[in-house]
Amino acid sequence: MTSDAPAVRAPALEMRGITKRYPGVVANDAIDLDIRPGEIHALLGENGAGKTTLMNILYGLARPDAGQILLDGKEVTITGPSDAIARGINMVHQHFMLVPVLTVAENIVLGDESMTAGIFLDRTEADRRIIELGERFGFELDPDAKVGSLSVGWQQRVEILKALYRDAKILVLDEPTAVLTPQETQEIFEVLRRLAAEGHSIVFISHKLYEVLEIADRITVIRRGEVVGERIPSETNEEDLAELMVGREVSLTADRGTSHPGESALHIEGLFVKDDRGQGAVRGIDLDIRAGEILGIAGVAGNGQDELVEAIVGLRKPTAGRVTLEGNDITGQKTRDVYGAGVAYVPADRHRFGLVLSFSIADNLVLTSYHREPYSRGMLRNDAEIKRMADERIKEFDIRATSAEAKAATLSGGNQQKVVIAREFARDLKLLVLDQPTRGLDVGSVEFIHRQVIAKRDAGTAVMLVSAELDEVLELSDRIAVIYEGRLVAIRDGRTADKNEIGILMATGGRERSSGKGGTAA
Amino acid sequence: MRARLIRTWGVLALPLIAIALSVLVGSLVILASEWLVAGELKPGLAIDAYAALVDGSVGSERAIINTLTASVPLLLGGLAVGLAFKGGLFNIGVQGQFMMGALGAVAVGVQLRESPAVVAIPVSLLAGMACGAAWGFIPGFLKAVAGAHEVVTTIMLNFIALAVLAAAVNGPLTVQGSVSPITPDVGNASLLILFGRNGHIGIIYAPIMAILYGFLLFRTTRGFEIRIAGSSPDAARYAGMSPRRLIIWTMSVSGMLGGMAGATDLLGVSHQMASSYGTTVGFDAIAIALLGRTNPIGIVFAALLFGALRTGSASMQIQAGVPADLVGVLQATILFFLVASPVLKRLFRLKSVESGIEETSTFTSTYGGEASIR
Repeated sequence: MTSDAPAVRAPALEMRGITKRYPGVVANDAIDLDIRPGEIHALLGENGAGKTTLMNILYGLARPDAGQILLDGKEVTITGPSDAIARGINMVHQHFMLVPVLTVAENIVLGDESMTAGIFLDRTEADRRIIELGERFGFELDPDAKVGSLSVGWQQRVEILKALYRDAKILVLDEPTAVLTPQETQEIFEVLRRLAAEGHSIVFISHKLYEVLEIADRITVIRRGEVVGERIPSETNEEDLAELMVGREVSLTADRGTSHPGESALHIEGLFVKDDRGQGAVRGIDLDIRAGEILGIAGVAGNGQDELVEAIVGLRKPTAGRVTLEGNDITGQKTRDVYGAGVAYVPADRHRFGLVLSFSIADNLVLTSYHREPYSRGMLRNDAEIKRMADERIKEFDIRATSAEAKAATLSGGNQQKVVIAREFARDLKLLVLDQPTRGLDVGSVEFIHRQVIAKRDAGTAVMLVSAELDEVLELSDRIAVIYEGRLVAIRDGRTADKNEIGILMATGGRERSSGKGGTAA
Repeated sequence: MRARLIRTWGVLALPLIAIALSVLVGSLVILASEWLVAGELKPGLAIDAYAALVDGSVGSERAIINTLTASVPLLLGGLAVGLAFKGGLFNIGVQGQFMMGALGAVAVGVQLRESPAVVAIPVSLLAGMACGAAWGFIPGFLKAVAGAHEVVTTIMLNFIALAVLAAAVNGPLTVQGSVSPITPDVGNASLLILFGRNGHIGIIYAPIMAILYGFLLFRTTRGFEIRIAGSSPDAARYAGMSPRRLIIWTMSVSGMLGGMAGATDLLGVSHQMASSYGTTVGFDAIAIALLGRTNPIGIVFAALLFGALRTGSASMQIQAGVPADLVGVLQATILFFLVASPVLKRLFRLKSVESGIEETSTFTSTYGGEASIR
């Protein structure tokens, strides 16, 4: 199972028999993990498998109930994040911990008292080291640039630089590629390889199998709090890893079957929408989605996708243009009326929009239908019916919860999204708008949701799929539209589209500015 | 069973600890002030003071009736603040809504003072509720339309209410020829007395309002909307609710409850209005809503506690010689410890306790940190 080659160097970090119990669950059950110097070690597992708990223990955010942590062979007790940082352990979080209005240099020295000369920040020294570090690892950052003006890929580099600046020996990256384009991912991989070559140890947390195979020297797979296997990329493949991770065979590519598109369901004409700051975010989009067809919208986050989606469902008023649903004008209508016309919307941020975490699963399952029969009778809630429906959906959508009364906050990410899906997919729909439907979810949940989407398409619903996961768009879409700076710059057939071409179009917008109107499904 | 006990404890722990700590702080204040004034330490004094406080509030049938009567406007005011908190709004204007409610009730009550009580009482009460609702509608409307923060507008409306009240009592409502400006008695519009000398009918209908409050929030679709909008305005918008309409609705109903508190106080206790008419109900109501964790049952108990403190404070002053103002110290420290609940949680290692009181976060963070309404 493990490689037969003897470990040449002693582990930089060793975690032995780490056990952590929470009421009702064993989050980590005697986990052993060793990270060698200069190694890129991938930690693979479904959400809720215990990766985060393990890393929180390493970072001093949680205390293990049992087990030891050894750094360079010596046992240590890590008391908190500042202690972890002092010991050379740094973490780059999935959601960046940067202050957008501060400069790169200010962000990097933030919270690092060692760089103050007396009571003043030693800025010139800081700037010098930032430039030097950047050069050494192949990315030059202007220390005076405002972080808010940087692209996501560069912001991530600031995070990495921040860790290096603190002399990180062990760098933990939590889902680092979730927000990047394929090209940016390659660039960040290059950085990581250089870091490893200089002797830094990297823990790479991910659920993207092909990435793990590409970047890691070793892969440790965790399932339900236990280490279920260790692999060397050259001796394994995606299917093997997925099976280890989920504990059963999974199909990695959704079987999308053949689509039978019908009449045009959603028709968008000359749509212009402004963002919160009053800037044009959607700048002239024409689009048709036919019944029984999945149209994928590929694009780097922040190119107008959110505004486009919000304009369709009535959460944002377009400044110009028309949106029609089966010929009926729904432009600028109230959200509730749009839903009533047969549109369902799965929002990108399920914590902020899709769910109310402090409310029960049952309440969340009626979030968009509480006012309709049979969940209401006049002005009253029909609690009996809500409960009955909730129990039914929990079973039907395999939502793992103690009861319908459990708070949504107690569910894992995958199960939370299943609540949203169960709620929105339950009606007869004309149009289904999906914004990042599987972001941050584990393979098992992704597979489940993809099957549901395809089933909905086969039932004759027009599906609009917005995703930053290019693979997801490629896998599910009958047609792919690339959005760039508020315009659709290309439409490709989903079955024949070239991943590289789409990636380049996403990043640059391409040369041509095709109108994106019409187009044929496969 | 065990799980249920833990859950109950989780809800009750913070309020109970806050009360216990404030009793402790109160004792220290009593001892310290005695020591500073009289120069001697009398450890028994604190116990005497609290004994007198308890005796004066629940020690006799009369005391109990007085406590209940004092609790009625506090309960209605607590529900007013609580409803707004549930909807994510901080109605600090219950004070003004109370004043307007009292003014509306006296204006109509004076006109109906000779009419049959069956007509005079409900009509005067409704007039007060309508005035309170109008006084709640204004900040709700301003927030929904212009984004004006309700904390700022309701505080300003409190002052306007005071001025309106003074103008009315000095002008159109005043009794001709009286020494100081005062309205006539409301006569037949006075609330029926059911218990003892002053136990008016509010003791019956205020708890009914608490039941209706619970029914509204947890059994109706509107209550669901209010609670969703209060917990997550973004989710409310996503779900197709109209935050603007909800803000106006919630503030109006909250104001109506505040107005009812004022009308009840006027029709039930003072029966006429002097230009010096005043109260602290509007502000006590904030502490009551927080202490009761915006739960109807919790608010009932919190109002009873505050009513008892008010009623017992006189006996405490007479029997133990401790100034009645100590009650203000107790109420303020309770509020202080509630707002500091995250600190309490840490201090007492309350793991099972619900993470913070949502309402306190509205209380502490609402001012200035405005979520945009679109």
